[in-house]
Amino acid sequence: MYDTRNAERDVTQNEIKMSARKCQVFYGDKQAIIDVDIDVEDKMVTAFIGPSGCGKSTFLRVLNRMNDTIPIARVEGAITLDGEDIYDPRVDPVQLRARVGMVFQKPNPFPKSIYDNVAYGPRIHGLATGKAEMDAIVEKSLRRAALWDEVKDRLQEPGTGLSGGQQQRLCIARAVATEPEVLLMDEPCSALDPIATSQVEELIDELRESYSVVIVTHSMQQAARVSQKTAFFHLGYLVEYGETGQIFTNPRDERTESYISGRIG
Amino acid sequence: MTDAAPADPRPVQGAPSRPSLLATSDRMKRRNAAEARFRAYGLIAISTAGALLVVLLWNILSAGLPAFQRTVVTVDFTLTEDQFDAAESVLFKTREYETYFIAALSDQLRDRGLDLEFDSASVERLLGKVGATLRSHYRDNPDAIGQPVRFELPTSSRVERYFKGGFARADIGDTNRFITAADLDLADALKQAGVLRTAFNWTFVTGVDTGSDNPGGAGIGASVVGSFFMMLVVLVLSLPIGVAASIYLEEFAPQNRFTDFIEVNISNLAAVPSIVFGILGLAVFIQFGGGQLEIQALKASAPLVGGLVLSLMTLPTIIIATRAALKSVPPSIREAALGVGASKMQAVFHHVLPLAMPGILTGAIIGLAQALGETAPLLLIGMVGFIARYPETFMGGFEGPNSALPAQIYNWASRSDATFIEKAWGGIIVLLLFMLTMNLIAIILRRRFERRW
Ligand SMILES: Nc1ncnc2c1ncn2[C@@H]1O[C@H](COP(=O)(O)OP(=O)(O)OP(=O)(O)O)[C@@H](O)[C@H]1O
Ligand SMILES: [Mg+2]
Repeated sequence: MYDTRNAERDVTQNEIKMSARKCQVFYGDKQAIIDVDIDVEDKMVTAFIGPSGCGKSTFLRVLNRMNDTIPIARVEGAITLDGEDIYDPRVDPVQLRARVGMVFQKPNPFPKSIYDNVAYGPRIHGLATGKAEMDAIVEKSLRRAALWDEVKDRLQEPGTGLSGGQQQRLCIARAVATEPEVLLMDEPCSALDPIATSQVEELIDELRESYSVVIVTHSMQQAARVSQKTAFFHLGYLVEYGETGQIFTNPRDERTESYISGRIG
Repeated sequence: MTDAAPADPRPVQGAPSRPSLLATSDRMKRRNAAEARFRAYGLIAISTAGALLVVLLWNILSAGLPAFQRTVVTVDFTLTEDQFDAAESVLFKTREYETYFIAALSDQLRDRGLDLEFDSASVERLLGKVGATLRSHYRDNPDAIGQPVRFELPTSSRVERYFKGGFARADIGDTNRFITAADLDLADALKQAGVLRTAFNWTFVTGVDTGSDNPGGAGIGASVVGSFFMMLVVLVLSLPIGVAASIYLEEFAPQNRFTDFIEVNISNLAAVPSIVFGILGLAVFIQFGGGQLEIQALKASAPLVGGLVLSLMTLPTIIIATRAALKSVPPSIREAALGVGASKMQAVFHHVLPLAMPGILTGAIIGLAQALGETAPLLLIGMVGFIARYPETFMGGFEGPNSALPAQIYNWASRSDATFIEKAWGGIIVLLLFMLTMNLIAIILRRRFERRW
């Protein structure tokens, strides 16, 4: 299905993976996202920045319909993945979330073994036939999340027994294990030390080869380091969206400028 | 602060003088006193509860343990073929058997150097109708004729109560036709000789209810079976229904007036007195289901009906406990599962339910234990009748009339014979043992599931 409403407002980019037009999100009567238009490109890292409470997480959750789980949340507008409306009544959100993976703001490993944490997604989606294949997926995912060396000898121990930073990397491994096309990461590095952070950033850079990555971050440096495009949110509005270099060196909106230079936030 | 002066440990002149750390301030003293008082209250409360528990247990055990013991007379006896034929050919057959028995007992006592006088009447007062017991044994086992057989005959309940300290010799009036002082002398002598001794009362554990003519032979077994079948019904009905209802309400149902209404009513149901459920069971299951609809299995006194009533009672408990357990699972776990593309049902069954399992099981077992000890509704559906038989078939266990543990206890406690009162206490011990076992199972299951994180 192709939504023609998108065509009129298009900003023309190469290979758009996901896009939003006139997106509004309400929590009950309170509007958290107002009129957001954005195109997330394929094989590229997009960073969402903005002061706390401006709606970054909310908008991120729009992209894989995680807001469906909040009874009072309501989403309006057209959101598409590969040109298909993801809020179409015929779309099964479960199928969508298999293609649009997510790493949450707070690490939330399953209270199961490290191995089962990573293997869960592939298992329910039937991505592996046999133990050997699953082992390979688990190892590959843990390696990509820069966690393999730390846990390879204790894969059967509970994932909840890891440190906060290790747990977050486990969640990343769990998300990449299902090979999503889009990976949404909500402040994936807020609990990590600088070494783990740089490992995750490396991972993000590597993921860009094949996927589209959207990352919410409070660290301007991180946004500048890993992303090619940056979106600045403020009070529910998407204030500015463009090349990361341009946003950080030559912002067009003065609110962006103030935020980047540390005057609001 | 580059021109640092040597540090002065004394308070700076003019600065407000600070109280020493070594002296406790008044405010602090008051706080400490309040804390000490609170701890004292707690200790008092706990020790009061502990003391009451000890009193209760001691009471129950001292009154109930004797029910597990009885006095038996052991007699070695051999019936020859001739004796059998002779006895079976006369009119008063059991009288013949009794004569043989008395002869055998006298011989046995004489072997031990005792020469005691006793007639058939005193033997009957001591051991009941011995002749009938012997006769039915040999009629059932013809092979035993000619073979030495060791009989363990329970003494009459009066002799038993005498040895348990239930009454003294002085209490026997001259005209008592159930027991005389001479009988007690004989019993004492038998005990001295080692013929009469105290043994574990298997009849109490495995037996059925008896009439007031034989209080010593009454057992709790049949009512345990009745309770077992009721618990089976409760488990099979209320656990799956309760857990399914809770999962639906907690995880799938939309939040609206209707579900709020249901929620409030479930909480209310948990507080409804159990006798109301009894009336409901009488009206719905027995009078309507069994009467109007003519469903054969729904009869008064049937454990199936009892189980249905108790299921109604247990459902709210299980639902409330299960919902609390589901609520306590952090939402981040559900999000994590949904985030990797699990369906709602997979999220619930793979992640939420295992975490909630310990709580669910605890709730279920508490509910079952409650149901096991419940008496009031059973009175209304007629499960307090006199039941002198075990069910013969498995289905009969559900449909046939039966009693239940607490109802049997209630029944015994309201009879006049002291032996029945003792059995009521013994029944309480059995009931408490079942409760303990169930709690133990709850703890074991909880451990088992908790270890799986
Ligand atoms: N479940 C919810 N119910 C009601 N309001 C919510 C809910 N989640 C978020 N909000 C509101 O929506 C607004 C945006 O929240 P959101 O979590 O998206 O902010 P954020 O940009 O991610 O902030 P942070 O950087 O602190 O994570 C906030 O005002 C918040 O109070
Ligand atoms: Mg956030």
